Amino acid sequence: MKYKIFTGIIVAELVILAMLLGSASVSVQKSKPETAARQQLVQALMLTDLALWTEARYTRHPTQADMFAPFQDFPSAIEHFPAGSIIAPPQVSNERTGAVQKTGTLRR
Amino acid sequence: MNLYKHIRILEFALSSLFRRKFKNLVTVLMYSLIVFLTASLLFLTHALTQEAVELLQGSPGLIVQRIKGGRHELVPLRYAGEIEKIRGVSEVIPRFWGYYYDPPTGANYTFMGADELPPEIAMMIEGAFYNKNDRGGCIIGQGVADVRFLELEDIIPVKKSDGELYILRVRGIFKAESNLLTNDLIVMSISDINTIFGIPAHTATDLVVRVRNPREVSTVARKILDKLPDTRPIEKAELIRTYKALFAWRSGLMAAILLGSVTAFFIMIWDKATGLSAEERKEIGILKAIGWEISDVLYLKFWEGVVISTVSFLAGIIAAHVHVFWFGSVLFLPILKGWSVLFPRLNFTPRIDFFQIFVIMFLTVIPYIIATIVPSWKAAVTDPDTITRT
Repeated sequence: MKYKIFTGIIVAELVILAMLLGSASVSVQKSKPETAARQQLVQALMLTDLALWTEARYTRHPTQADMFAPFQDFPSAIEHFPAGSIIAPPQVSNERTGAVQKTGTLRR
Repeated sequence: MNLYKHIRILEFALSSLFRRKFKNLVTVLMYSLIVFLTASLLFLTHALTQEAVELLQGSPGLIVQRIKGGRHELVPLRYAGEIEKIRGVSEVIPRFWGYYYDPPTGANYTFMGADELPPEIAMMIEGAFYNKNDRGGCIIGQGVADVRFLELEDIIPVKKSDGELYILRVRGIFKAESNLLTNDLIVMSISDINTIFGIPAHTATDLVVRVRNPREVSTVARKILDKLPDTRPIEKAELIRTYKALFAWRSGLMAAILLGSVTAFFIMIWDKATGLSAEERKEIGILKAIGWEISDVLYLKFWEGVVISTVSFLAGIIAAHVHVFWFGSVLFLPILKGWSVLFPRLNFTPRIDFFQIFVIMFLTVIPYIIATIVPSWKAAVTDPDTITRT
């Protein structure tokens, strides 16, 4: 009766997955006060970025880096840091340039 | 077709798989590994993005930097007065921060100046707050404490911009729960950070602008840019958009791992779809010779595909969940860490996007089942005598 073994394996996997997803949803509920406390920390210290990559200013603060930061040595310079190849180029940089152009500041 | 017949065919399919157990075991392992890698990456990036988006809701609505020669420059405090005159602005607060390279450990720290810390954040700190007059008092991140083996009331000698040593004293340590935000932080009084970095009087690193009506932030940003053309306003919406885009499909890690996994999977599928082994062809020939219909053979192959892909898919998803949310993505850590000396332990709240699980299932289970059925169908429509002789 091999099909019983197979059904057993599938049921066991589904039960484990359901338990993991169940515990995940409990963790999300439980973490709410902690998340609120961390949001307060962000607000109090006026933080803007996650402390993930500390090797360069544009990887430590991707949202605060100037537009030329990844090419700080010369235009189209090769990326120095491994983290720079993990994260995508910030989409906002183009939009920011657009915003600046819209005001006419660059053209003046 | 009744259920009993399906069970019999499933039983036969399992016996058939058991006969080639080594080959099928390797297939299950490879299949699970591909699902595991893809799901781990998607779980990790989704959790990171969600965490960032949720936490950054508390970040300042508008930050104004000064740009000179395309680079970030200290902003004169008189700019704060200019910005305060704009209608809709309620407050302008200067921020003092910067980076410090620590030669003994080779780590970069982020120094931040703050004279007043609200009591609400006390639950995130072990030890005490410093006060404005406590010269050298500071609160450090867990990563800084670990890399320099620091405890409360220990000292951190740092080099000032003029080359002289300045002593900081650890009054508090941020708890591990805030690592994702504070791992490399050293928070001290504004006078201390100005002394260490030699920030000239009447200047700040950048300005935080509080706008009464959040819907007017863009308008205020435009007015600031008109009034002070050498500034660069950064809105909160931009911060959040950056983090949403950061780990999106375009990122290098995504491309590298997903492309590898998808290619490996399609090679496996291709191998499966392009032909049956001599033994499998012979098996189909014999089944047809003893009276099985084409539909029965297809049901058999369908069940073989379902058995392999369901077991592997579920195993891969379970392993990915445990890897990312229980073991902090330990396998990706060397890639993620890069050259960072201080890298926080990735302890995320397990937020699952069911759509991602569905996409992985759609991209793996269905192609595999089709790849199992198609060559068998080709064999099944051929004359049994011809199949067994080839």
